[in-house]
Amino acid sequence: MGRYIVRRLLQAIPLLFIISAILFVLSVEMGDPLATFGGRTVIKSEDRKRLTRQLGLDQPLYVQYTVWLIGNDWMRLDLDGDGKPDVGSDGKPIYGTRKGVLRGDLGTSFTTKQPVTEMIAQRLPNTLLLMLTSEVVILIISLVIGLVSALKQYSIFDHTVTALSFIGYSMPIPLLALGLIYVFAVYFKRWGLPYFPTGGMFDPQAGPGWQQTLWHMVLPVTAISVISIAAYSRYVRGSMLEVIQQDYIRTARAKGLAERSVVFVHALKNAALPLVTVVGLDLPFLLAGAVVTETIFAWPGMGRLFYDHTTRSDFPVLMGIIMIISVAVVIFQIITDLTYTYLDPRIRYD
Amino acid sequence: MATTSEALPGITEDTLATREPLTPTQLAWRRFRRHRMAMFGLGLIILLIVYVVGGAFVFPEKFANFVNTSIKLQGPSSAHPFGTDAVGRDILARTVYGGQISLLIGLAAVSVALIVGVAIGALSGYYGGWIDGILMRFTEAMLNIPQLFLLIVAAKYLGDKIHNFELFGREFSGSVIVIIVIIGLDSWMYLARIVRSQFLSLKEQEFVTAARCTGTSNVAIMFYHILPNSVAPIIVNATLGVANAILTEAYISFLGLGVRQPTATWGNMLEDANRYLETAPWLWFFPGMMILITVLAINFVGDGLRDALDPRTMVE
Amino acid sequence: MHTILEVNNLQTRFKTYDGLVYAVNGISYNLNEGETLGVVGESGCGKSVSVLSIMGLIPQPPGIIAGGQALYHGSDLLKKSQEELRHIRGKEIAMVFQDPMTSLNPVLTVGFQISEALQLHMAMNAEQAQQRAIELLQLVGIPQADRALHNYPHQFSGGMRQRAMIAMAISCMPQILIADEPTTALDVTIQAQMVELVKRLRDEIGMAIIWITHDLGIIAGLAQRVIVMYAGFIVEHASVDDVYDNPRHPYTISLLGALPRVDMSREERLTSIPGMPPNLIGLPPGCPFAPRCRFVVDKCLQENPPLTSASPNHEIACWVDVRTGGPR
Repeated sequence: MGRYIVRRLLQAIPLLFIISAILFVLSVEMGDPLATFGGRTVIKSEDRKRLTRQLGLDQPLYVQYTVWLIGNDWMRLDLDGDGKPDVGSDGKPIYGTRKGVLRGDLGTSFTTKQPVTEMIAQRLPNTLLLMLTSEVVILIISLVIGLVSALKQYSIFDHTVTALSFIGYSMPIPLLALGLIYVFAVYFKRWGLPYFPTGGMFDPQAGPGWQQTLWHMVLPVTAISVISIAAYSRYVRGSMLEVIQQDYIRTARAKGLAERSVVFVHALKNAALPLVTVVGLDLPFLLAGAVVTETIFAWPGMGRLFYDHTTRSDFPVLMGIIMIISVAVVIFQIITDLTYTYLDPRIRYD
Repeated sequence: MATTSEALPGITEDTLATREPLTPTQLAWRRFRRHRMAMFGLGLIILLIVYVVGGAFVFPEKFANFVNTSIKLQGPSSAHPFGTDAVGRDILARTVYGGQISLLIGLAAVSVALIVGVAIGALSGYYGGWIDGILMRFTEAMLNIPQLFLLIVAAKYLGDKIHNFELFGREFSGSVIVIIVIIGLDSWMYLARIVRSQFLSLKEQEFVTAARCTGTSNVAIMFYHILPNSVAPIIVNATLGVANAILTEAYISFLGLGVRQPTATWGNMLEDANRYLETAPWLWFFPGMMILITVLAINFVGDGLRDALDPRTMVE
Repeated sequence: MHTILEVNNLQTRFKTYDGLVYAVNGISYNLNEGETLGVVGESGCGKSVSVLSIMGLIPQPPGIIAGGQALYHGSDLLKKSQEELRHIRGKEIAMVFQDPMTSLNPVLTVGFQISEALQLHMAMNAEQAQQRAIELLQLVGIPQADRALHNYPHQFSGGMRQRAMIAMAISCMPQILIADEPTTALDVTIQAQMVELVKRLRDEIGMAIIWITHDLGIIAGLAQRVIVMYAGFIVEHASVDDVYDNPRHPYTISLLGALPRVDMSREERLTSIPGMPPNLIGLPPGCPFAPRCRFVVDKCLQENPPLTSASPNHEIACWVDVRTGGPR
């Protein structure tokens, strides 16, 4: 098992390099990060040149990529553009300060001047909170709805659920999210009912706290979850229906087992197994949903960070987020594989 | 000797299995027709097409783009059944023209994905070996990048690089092409995998060996022999891909990085909606509903196609 | 001899999109204590459906038990509720199915699946059930039974899996064991072992067996009586000796002729039965075998022959006397 993990991680490395290369090229070239510098005054051209050199943006692409990867603290800087390496007050040449991504340094944001690692660390827990809560909600509710639908096939419940499922996963997130806010935040307030907040993680007057967070999480988690629940409950239903047709269910009944045993002991485990894989591999989709949802609900997470800094062409932040997410996806895939192996006795890795 | 039907009353032609067999297409269509939801979806799609095409005859494009800030943000009324937006444009008319672009983007993006996906999948599945290895590594890399993040970056990157162009006397923003291309280039992977697995299994079949024996070139085998046999899952996937493309365009445009002025899409009509959430819900409700209905209809049809084209039931 | 199961005129149908399928059309037989009954016929003749109907394992819809009785010790199984049937299934009447790979739950251990029945029907606790399960596995000839207990079905070979299924079925000492083509999916050599095993268990436990197969060769060493089925009807019902030495129905004769035999000469060819099995939707009025029968006369196409006695303890459903070619 250990060897399997190592093998998967090794396989992932070239993948991550390819991903980083593709995205680096796009990010660097996509816009002018210096356009927003200087605030309202237009930046002066000598300042622009100086900043360009300082930020290393004048270097060719492959050099920038290399620096991003392994830093420039082994390179002598030439910030005044005179062709000669700069010399510090002690007479020694000045080297760069960046260590590079491979050594854990994700660079510094152009706009906020904060280290990217710090910025992400601030926002990551918020996104994780949203994602993981949603995943749990999705898993539980899909299983329940799918199971009941399958057992009561063709009943009114089943037909209603099928219809709602189709609508659910055809729904564009903005419509759903805005609709939820409109009904549960705006209208509830007007009708004097207890209402949900329209955004943010906590009420500015009340201050942060876990109760505030929980309350503020309800609508965003619902917005993210509904679409996935709609899809997965159908999947569970299909899986369950298929399992119920199997010979071993007939054998279980022929043994005289109570229907409850047949469903929950014999059928469920077989039906739920594929769900693990499907849900586990769905992380990228959930993250995409996060970008849109965090924007609408003003949730201070990584998705919103990404969006905000895209408009400002702040590529260190963007690359940092993308790499973290890609690594997370790879790790999550491995975890899903291992979980599946653990649950299904037919598969054993040697 | 009496003929079979006379001597054996009760045995019909069917019982003796001498029915004329139906072609696969006819068979599939019959099965599709049984699917009530799929037929309903098909009907909806036809209605939608009538809406976006016919609506253009009712509302000239000038009307849809007519800015009149004095009537901005008005609710639905008899003059403006869907209300007006933040600069006073009629939303109903804009949903017509926006719909044209949204649907167009959906179809075009899937076409791009089809071309790339089928090509890569076919080459990978047919030749195998190191070609397969490299192409699949590449595909996997693309799959691992969360879609929306890549698209946002790519949209920003290509954003202003393509200029507005004119077609049929109307001006379109260059961003339409951009969005089509990047969505297409980010969805081919699923098709490629399907095509590859189809090719992997079909190339071992005897009709391929037979074709080789008669000296048919590899390309001809791929496109005239194997591909037609793997059409079913490709069709299903492509259909559902259109729905996905429309949704994706909506998300990117909603974030402001998608299709730009002067072209309207359902997605970019949602862009301002966030700000006017409480005061002008009609801003996001109508475009949002249009998207929902379209995607729903496509999903119904896709579901029906999947059942109708299921290879397991193709063998009668 | 005490009759423990009496099947009278059982009829089962299925509602399908294409029409009503007449799967079982009025079959009747008795099963006596300790007796082994062979049920022979080709695929689709209704043999499996008939026993599944008796056990109440036919989903209704789309199945319909259209008539008949299945009297187990005098009380009609077809009239019982699922709740009542559960007390009988696995305990009094047990079943073994054709494909042990698909008939055993792949994600549960073999030991667990055997213990389930024991805990349910024999009121054992987990420990006792486990102990008994080990004994049962040894009884059916599975080596290292204590370790086999914790294995999953896919870790066994085909023959071992079937033995495990048998162990599961006999665990509660049933009065009737119904075996639905248990050896069809196995190699010929393993088949012989299975038959020996079942015979040994039968002698030890004293259970009656209904053995379903399309393979006439197996029945010879196992059953006392045989019923031959075609298109949901019983066409011949006799002792095993009579069926082999003195078959009186054209279908049985054809089946025997199609049987490869060790003592055949090189020149003898296997006779296959011409034509196709009938479509069970909308059966024609005459004898269902008529289109393929070489003894057919006009009456066969018009009227379905009832099951009548040809000689003591030998019934056939045919208008023709195959010995003469003329009417019976």
